[in-house]
Amino acid sequence: MCGVIGLLIRDPALEPELGRMLVPMVEALAERGPDSSGIALYSRPAADPDGEPVIRVSLGTDGTVSWSEFAGWVSSRFPPAEVRVSLSGARVDVPETTVDELVESLSQRWPSVHVFGTGRMLTVVKDTGRPEDTCRRYGVESWSGHLAVAHTRMATESAVTARHAHPFVPGPDLCVVHNGSFSNHASVRRRLEADGVRFDSDNDSEVAARLLAQRLDGGDDLDEATRWVMKEMDGFFTLVVGTATGMSVVRDAFACKPAAIAVTDAYVAVASEYRALAGLPGVDQAEIFEPQPEVVYTWTL
Amino acid sequence: MDALSCDALSVREVNHRLRRMPAGTSCSVAAPQGLHNLGVGLTEKIDVCIQGNAGYFLGGLGGRTDGSGPDITVEGFVGWSVAENLMGGTVWVKGSASQSAASSARGGTVVVEGDASLRAGISLKGATLAVAGNVGAMAGFMAQSGTILVGGDAGHGLGDSLYEAVIYVAGTISSLGADATVEELVDDDVLAIKRLVELTGFDHIDPGRVTKVVSARTLYHFSADHHGVY
Repeated sequence: MCGVIGLLIRDPALEPELGRMLVPMVEALAERGPDSSGIALYSRPAADPDGEPVIRVSLGTDGTVSWSEFAGWVSSRFPPAEVRVSLSGARVDVPETTVDELVESLSQRWPSVHVFGTGRMLTVVKDTGRPEDTCRRYGVESWSGHLAVAHTRMATESAVTARHAHPFVPGPDLCVVHNGSFSNHASVRRRLEADGVRFDSDNDSEVAARLLAQRLDGGDDLDEATRWVMKEMDGFFTLVVGTATGMSVVRDAFACKPAAIAVTDAYVAVASEYRALAGLPGVDQAEIFEPQPEVVYTWTL
Repeated sequence: MDALSCDALSVREVNHRLRRMPAGTSCSVAAPQGLHNLGVGLTEKIDVCIQGNAGYFLGGLGGRTDGSGPDITVEGFVGWSVAENLMGGTVWVKGSASQSAASSARGGTVVVEGDASLRAGISLKGATLAVAGNVGAMAGFMAQSGTILVGGDAGHGLGDSLYEAVIYVAGTISSLGADATVEELVDDDVLAIKRLVELTGFDHIDPGRVTKVVSARTLYHFSADHHGVY
């Protein structure tokens, strides 16, 4: 199984409500994926100090990390960095020019700390355990933003760890969640690795995420790149893709995995099952439909 | 009329109450909220009105082998596999149905006033499925017995690997599935469609102007011509 969720806020007045809208959606799909979960939140960055963009680096672990010690280390090594520590992860905001150095020194000094994602707008949490608990422990209800992409996981193809949980973030401000399974992930992975693409896990869904990023890096727009992934990846899938500018949804040719979409002037919401949409404000007035197989749906801000 | 609400009761509690209702009574179920498994396994001839959108398996496994059973109306849309394995009675959906409507249904009647998406009537085993609008791809896949009436258009692969079920389509057919073929309407077909139009009120369907799809029966037996293929 697995549950996928995308929630794009169109009415800025609803942005402070994002977390409160999202949590019941995750709870509704918790039984589709009770072993682990993850949420990618997109929120607008504050004005950049000194004109240099600030990048958010989302971190987590499958081991034990003293996050307070970690925060101290970051503050001394990367003085302008701002560190926010949560229960089993942290987010470090650093100037763009410092990101590579931070990530490199993390792998040396803090090998059990994993980078879950980077971006100007993106914050990612991923953890094992019941999705409802993860929402509560990370205080998701209080989150504000304009896009959230979430996943509840019932693992079939690889291990249950935070690192194997979705969303996968194959590039800045780009995330992918997947319900389904791919049968040709190993061969696509080998080809991508030969092209120099690096992976964080042996998860099949990460292959689709990395392929999408490769297409986008090559100049495809989101629609084209998503369509490429749909054609090259063999298997069952409903994919939700989040970017700095919008959200895409696509299903395999046989529509083996479910999805329902609700569109209003105030938001666009996609979920594996309608019951996750049923509690959204104004859903009675929404246009509700199932995405057709092999059709890429994209909404931009 | 009894009134239940999914705001106050779990699906299991709602179904338990519905199952204890004697024949001839009726009940409404408010706030279905897309919940799965509402009204499954009901055998008595009762009236149930679902006041909103329901989830998967609505009204599945209902009715008896003699074709009798509950009459369930949904004032909204339903998720996957509405009336799955229905034995008797009626499941009437005012909105649209998601995938696999009336899958494996043996008896009774399933009516969808909107559209039904992919695999409508998959493995149908004797029930009647009437859809006012369109059906998605692979409708009637491996359907063994029974009738599917489509008031709108049918998607790709209609009637793939069909057995003895009959499919009538008033609109266009994107493509036929393997071993499905179009056959001329005979008087009995027109009469059967007429009766269904009367029952459902789908009077946009002209009983004399539908396309009849049946099995070509080329997959029924091993063919020596295919020997080298296996």
